[in-house]
This record gives sequence, C-alpha cells and structure tokens, in this order.
Amino acid sequence: MNTRTLPLYVTIAIFLVGYLICWLQYPNILSTRVVGNLLTDNAYLGIVAVGMTLVILSGGIDLSVGSVIAFSGVFIAVMLRDSGLHPLLVFALLLALTTAFGAAMGWLVYWLAMPAFIVTLAGMFLARGAAYLLSVDSVPIQHDFYRMLQGAYWLMPGRGRLTLIGVLMLAVVAAGIVIAHKTRFGTSVFALGGGEATARLMGVRQGRTTVLVYAFSGLTAGLSGIVFSIYTGSGYSLGTVGTELTAIACVVIGGTLLSGGAGYMFGTLVGVLTMGLIQTYIVFDGSLSSWWTKIVIGILILAFILLQKGLVRLSQARLNAGEP
Amino acid sequence: MMPQVLTRLAPQLIALVVLMGLVTLFYPGFLSISYSDGRLVGPMIDVLKRSAPVALLAIGMTLVIATRGIDLSVGAIVAICGAVAAYMIASGYGLPLALALALVAGLAAGLWNGVLVAVIGVQPFVATLILMTMGRGIAQLITEGRILTFTDPAFAFIGSGTALGLPVPVWIWLGAAVLAVALLRRTALGMLIEAVGINRKASAVAGVNATVLLVAVYMAMGLCAALAGLIITADIRGADANNAGLWLELDAILAVVIGGNSLLGGRFSIAAAVIGALIIQTITIGIRLAGFPSEYNLVIKAVLVLVILVLQSPRIASEYAFWRQEARRKREAQLKGAGR
Repeated sequence: MNTRTLPLYVTIAIFLVGYLICWLQYPNILSTRVVGNLLTDNAYLGIVAVGMTLVILSGGIDLSVGSVIAFSGVFIAVMLRDSGLHPLLVFALLLALTTAFGAAMGWLVYWLAMPAFIVTLAGMFLARGAAYLLSVDSVPIQHDFYRMLQGAYWLMPGRGRLTLIGVLMLAVVAAGIVIAHKTRFGTSVFALGGGEATARLMGVRQGRTTVLVYAFSGLTAGLSGIVFSIYTGSGYSLGTVGTELTAIACVVIGGTLLSGGAGYMFGTLVGVLTMGLIQTYIVFDGSLSSWWTKIVIGILILAFILLQKGLVRLSQARLNAGEP
Repeated sequence: MMPQVLTRLAPQLIALVVLMGLVTLFYPGFLSISYSDGRLVGPMIDVLKRSAPVALLAIGMTLVIATRGIDLSVGAIVAICGAVAAYMIASGYGLPLALALALVAGLAAGLWNGVLVAVIGVQPFVATLILMTMGRGIAQLITEGRILTFTDPAFAFIGSGTALGLPVPVWIWLGAAVLAVALLRRTALGMLIEAVGINRKASAVAGVNATVLLVAVYMAMGLCAALAGLIITADIRGADANNAGLWLELDAILAVVIGGNSLLGGRFSIAAAVIGALIIQTITIGIRLAGFPSEYNLVIKAVLVLVILVLQSPRIASEYAFWRQEARRKREAQLKGAGR
C-alpha cells in the first residue's frame, strides 16, 4: 500500500460517495445546472486554495488571503469608480500589488525565521486595514466590461451554465498541478516542506523558494479577489472574513499533509468540490441549517488529520523496521 | 525579587505609560478619574473594564505559548460558553447551574484540544484549528442561529455591575491573574511548564509528566475562555454565536507577544501579557478618543506585530550577537596592537 497516495484516494472516494448519497435523495443534483453552479459558486475559493496548497506543501501557512481578497474587491471598485482606467489595467495593477505583498511576507518569513502564521497574521491585519482605509462601505461596480464578464458563459447540454469564472478556476488548478508536480520549483517546495535542513543540504535555495511560494499565494489571492468581485459585482472591506480557514480546510480535506511535504494539487480541487457539495445538499434539503456546514467540515478535517497521523506513524514504523 | 520583576516588566510598563501620554496629548481628559454614585468613572476605568476578555484569554494563552503551543480556538470557545450560559438562563435553570455548565463547557473544550495535542500528537496550530472551525457551528446549534437574549439582573451583574468602586469584569481578570501567578510561581508548576516548552523530550526524561501537564494547560486556557465568554455575554445580555469572541484569539496572541513572551516557548510572564492586553485596549480606545477613524486600528496592530517579530527573531538575534562579537574582537586586537 502506498501511504503517499492513500489520502488522495480517500478524498476522491468521500466525494463520490457523498455525491451518490445526495443523488439517491435528490436525483436533480446530477444535472449540469447544479454542476455548473458548483463550479461558479466556489470559483474564488478554488483559486485561492491552489495558492494555499503550495504554501502548505512548503511547510508554511498564509492567513492573509481572506483579507487580500477583500482588499482586492475594494481596490478594483474604488479604482473603477474614481480613476476611469480600463478594468484590465486595474486587474494588472492589482495582481502586481498582491504578488509583491505576498513576496514581502515570504521574505519576512525567511529573513526573520519566525513562524509563518504570525508573519501572515500581520499581513492579514495590514490588508484588512488597507481595505478599510479605501472604503468602509460596500462599493458597487458598474462597468460595461464587468457586465460582459458576468454574462460570459457556455451553455452545457441540459441548460447548465459553465461560466467564465468557473473555467478560470479549473485553469488555475491545472496550472497549479503543473507548477507543483512538474517543475523544478515545485520539487523544491516539496523538499522544503519535508524538512528545511535536509532541503538546504540538497541544494534547495530556501530564500528564493520561500519568497516565490508566498508570492504565488498573493497572486492567487489577487486573482480570487477579481473573481469574487465579478461574482458579487461589488467590493466590500468586511467581506470574505475567514476565507483563509475555509481554504485551509479544503487543502486538508484534499489530502495534503498540514505540516507540509506531501499532497496533491488535484486533491485540493476535490476538497473544494466536497465543501461545495455539503453546501448544495443543505440548500436542497432546506430544513438543515447553515451551521451544520461548519460542523461537518470540522469533522472531516479531524478525520483527515487522524488518518494522516496514522499513516505517518505507519511509514515511520516501516522505516524503522525495514532497511537499516 | 521585586527589582527583578520590575526589570522584566519595564519595556511593557514604559510602552503603556508612553501610550497613555500620547492619548492624553490628543484627548486631555484621558487620565481624569472621578468618583460618583459609589464607583470610579473615567476613560482609564473603561480601558480596565474592556480589557477583561483579552486579559483573561492572555493569561491562558501565555501558558499555552510557554509550552510551545498555540490555541486558535479560544474565540470559538468564548462563543460556545456564552451560548451555553445564555441558553441555561433563558430556559430557567437558574444562575448557579448556568455558570457551572458554562465553565464545564470551557474545560471540556480545553480537554479536547489538550488530548489532540498531548496524547494524539497533532501540532497545536492544527489541532485547535478544528475547534476553531467547528466551535461557532456548535454555538449556533445551541442558540439555534438566533441571538439569545435574557433578562437576569444577577447574570448581567457579571458583565456590567460595580463592586467596591470598580466594574466587576476588572475584579474577575485581576483575581484570575493573581491566582494564576500565585499558583504557578509559589509552586514548581510554572517551572515545569517552561521545561516542557523548552524541550518536551528532555523534560519527560527528567521525570516531568509532560502529557498531563499539557492537557492541564489547555484546560486552563478553556477555563479562561469560559470566563471571558461569560463576561461578554453578560455585558451585552445576549449570546451572539456569530460575533462573540470573533478575532479575540488574535488579540490574545498579540497581548502575549507584546508581553515579551517568545512564541518559541519557554520562559513566560503572565503579568507582562496582561499589561500587553491593557496596551492593546489603550490603543483601541485611544484611537477612538483622539478622533481618528477606528479603521487605523488594524494597521497599527499590523505594525506592532512586525516590530515584535523583528525583536524576537532568532536570526536577527544571532546576527546581532555575531556583529557584537566581531566588534569586540576588533577592539581587543587594536588594544593589543597599541600595547605592543
């Protein structure tokens, strides 16, 4: 039995079994409409979870992403309202800003040699504070280009809508898979998460890799902010509170080891879809309350952490017993 | 003994005094305290009262951080305990039972975290994340998603009453802090906690029962969170499962690190952490009184965290030590050269 791929199989099995249970109760859940909405509603979460997966694989954590998404929305809304720049130019400015913000946090994590969660905690305060300073109220976005983006979809058979932001999410996941599993940088990230000292001895450039990982997370958070602003049509500095926790939960349910060094980018997509499935089920049921989402997600996280704890012990025992 | 304690607390005390001075510059009435209707009134008393939740949490968080841990779930525990107390009162079970059950709920939450960390061996950050996600769901389950309100003057007294001239919450956090310091520093308990934080394996080899100690520390944290939850719920006379204790875990961690306690575990000072809580509250109220928009609050907190990070960084400390050693070596070489 390969202990490395088992969490991924468990993730996929849980999703399929969950979908089966939902389908037995509500056959409509298999329609392309529901599937399309599942992708659209969770697009921003999926995009930010890709960045979070890479950070967690490197042995870190990024608590700032929820605040960065909120900042992005407010930044876009205020810029479009006040400056008259084209949205695409605003997007480019924003992505440069959030990527630089992430890179700065990565540099601090490396340079100060302090726990990543406290550095990114400062980032969380800073980004949320910056959003407040831009505007405390919700700012609506009214631009023809935005209306075009919101209306862009491909009608699937069965009248389901595959929206632009849904496709963008899948594209980001695909890019994430390539970066994490097929590039030299991705290998460095895995090595760093497996053990810093070992990685350094192997010749991984720790500083460069750390900065790039957090820069990537900043980039996906900015992209997620753009998608969220398209989805809601406004920018609100109090929005997406706690998204960082939801993203971490998706990564863990997706089978990635929270201490870093092992996991699959594809699992994160399944984790996001599982999270969306729970919410869809609650909407279909109608009588269940939304707080059950939190409890079920908590139980799922617990189950995965215990599973991984068991697997790590198992492989440790095998190492000790096996080859000298 | 006393001068030693003062040296340890000096940076925090100086920071607090400077901050109070700064606020007074912008708002001259800040330090005025008057006595009316049998109680003290003034902005400083307000700071003391509103510090209660963070100060209580900081007491427990200091211990958790001293064991090289962290507890992210305290905000959720605050919400759960508040919901339990409000539910019991609203259902007519009476105050003593409501208080007891809320405290038991806090202890149970701490036990859950402690077992995950100490017995199963999950990293503290991850273990407490589970309750952080789940806790608010559980609190909403108890209140059924509504804001549970109640009218019980005896319970409200805990949050907004006055005793011996000071608000009751002030007495609660002062009492908890004095009790904790006495319990930890008059016995070997505090030293054992530091030992586990510095090196759990070595302390276990030396005969410290690290597992029991860790569980006890997380349970103490749960108890502190329960007290904070009671105060918050009693103060607003209602349990808000969504917003009670929101972000309090971050303020508590911030208070502990402002108190000069290392996030990497080991030596700790509860008094310094409580002063840290006062510093945070002085900033919050000071910004409001000085007429700045409260949005600046988060930015200032971010800058504070960054400054503390630089001060605590092991890499910067070692580079500074190396630089000083180099300088001394150069000086000595020069002296030798001059002597010859």
